[in-house]
Amino acid sequence: MKDVVIEFDNVVKYYSLYHSFIGIKNFLFNLPKAIKTFKKNKFCALKNISFKLNRGETLAIIGQNGAGKSTILGLIAKVLKPTSGRVLVRGRVVGLLELSAGFHPDLTGYENIILNGILLGMTKKEILSKVNEIIEFSELKEFIYQPIRTYSSGMLARLGFSVAINVPADILLVDEVLAVGDINFQKKCYKKIEELKNKDTTIIFVSHDLEAVVKICSRCILLHQGEIIKDGNTYEVVEYYKKNFS
Amino acid sequence: MLINKRNYQYLVDLITELAKKELKVRYKNSFLGYLWSILSPLTSAVVFFVAFKIVIKLKIENYVLFLISGLFCWQWFTNSLLGSANLFLNNANLIKKVSFPRDALVYSMVINDMIHFILSFPVIFLFMGLYRQNFSYYLFLLPIAIILQFFFVSGMSLIISSINLFFRDLERLVVVFTNLLFYATPIIYSEEMVPLKYKIILSLNPMANFVILYRDLLLSNRVQINILMLCFIYSIGFFYLGYNIYKNLQWKFAEII
Repeated sequence: MKDVVIEFDNVVKYYSLYHSFIGIKNFLFNLPKAIKTFKKNKFCALKNISFKLNRGETLAIIGQNGAGKSTILGLIAKVLKPTSGRVLVRGRVVGLLELSAGFHPDLTGYENIILNGILLGMTKKEILSKVNEIIEFSELKEFIYQPIRTYSSGMLARLGFSVAINVPADILLVDEVLAVGDINFQKKCYKKIEELKNKDTTIIFVSHDLEAVVKICSRCILLHQGEIIKDGNTYEVVEYYKKNFS
Repeated sequence: MLINKRNYQYLVDLITELAKKELKVRYKNSFLGYLWSILSPLTSAVVFFVAFKIVIKLKIENYVLFLISGLFCWQWFTNSLLGSANLFLNNANLIKKVSFPRDALVYSMVINDMIHFILSFPVIFLFMGLYRQNFSYYLFLLPIAIILQFFFVSGMSLIISSINLFFRDLERLVVVFTNLLFYATPIIYSEEMVPLKYKIILSLNPMANFVILYRDLLLSNRVQINILMLCFIYSIGFFYLGYNIYKNLQWKFAEII
């Protein structure tokens, strides 16, 4: 009997399209109209999503652009709030940042590791105890003391990945980052992910790289226009997706 | 209890690291570094000195010292306000992806501007020496004024940074508003010169009270209790208001950005 770490219970997420009336002038002069359009202009990103995820499971979420994948990640990371329904998350969530989010180009790699680690939820003491491990994993060696504006995109990706994967997490969110870096580094990342899987870390993987999805995840959810079309064994769901959506 | 202590430690680390980052970034590629932050208020001081002392022949003693004792804290106020307008927008990537406490961005920015303000005190003290102004025990009360201003400026910055995400016009309004407020604040003139029937405007203007408080401590060797009380009320009041506006809006940030 494993414990549930993530539970979505009839989750609905609407986005209001604020930009339809943005600007104080427009808002004040057409107040009733503005409020009306504001209420009407809603975009439904998720419709009645329900699923449960146990500790140590690896889940892939696939689907076309705009299917609601990132919204689900946002809800798990507690960056977004559901419009209705309930999202339950137990444990510490760490998201693999998109490249360079939270990095500052003028700071050195080392300084960025500290800053990023703290933004991801570690205290200064915790990140300092991890910093050597992170530098070693990134293989950036002496470049670590150079400002990261001099880095190539591959080096940046390594740095970001190295920080996030070394932050102690119960739940790891991976959003399309593995595709960067050379083959050796990718291998290393997959190895690290295997390691985390064995340590009972729950991993949620969002990607268009179906090969990677099959390789990493045991379970897969297929989203289409905010609804779960299929939920089950990765291989079957991926095959279904290939057949019906491409 | 242990968790609370960790959270507290975390917040402190987050704010200091963000503030340190800002400081480093600001000075990384600048040759004159710290001088730039003093240069701009000093230039204004020179301009006002020429205009009001030499041309208009305003009757205020030690006019340069008088000016900078108001201009530096004003600079802190406007820098933070103008910086706060786009603060969350500039960190959009982070806000969309990570759920760290967003208000830490505001405090670290205000702390940064506060550090610049504190670093300007040697200049003020230098001019006090030049004008043979005596250094009194009242200077030891300066930290209180600075802490009060910190909470006031933080409150204003929380309001502007949060609301600007929803009404982007606010940014322009802040520019116009601070410009007007400058002349409604006794920086280039003294509060004694203001006619009695307009004095109420000074009381209603938080920055006027802060400028008067700083000048009392630096130049007049006194504290007016009513001014101190008003500063206290404004700092607590605006911080409370700003924090609540931020708290109520912050869960929408990631959607709207």
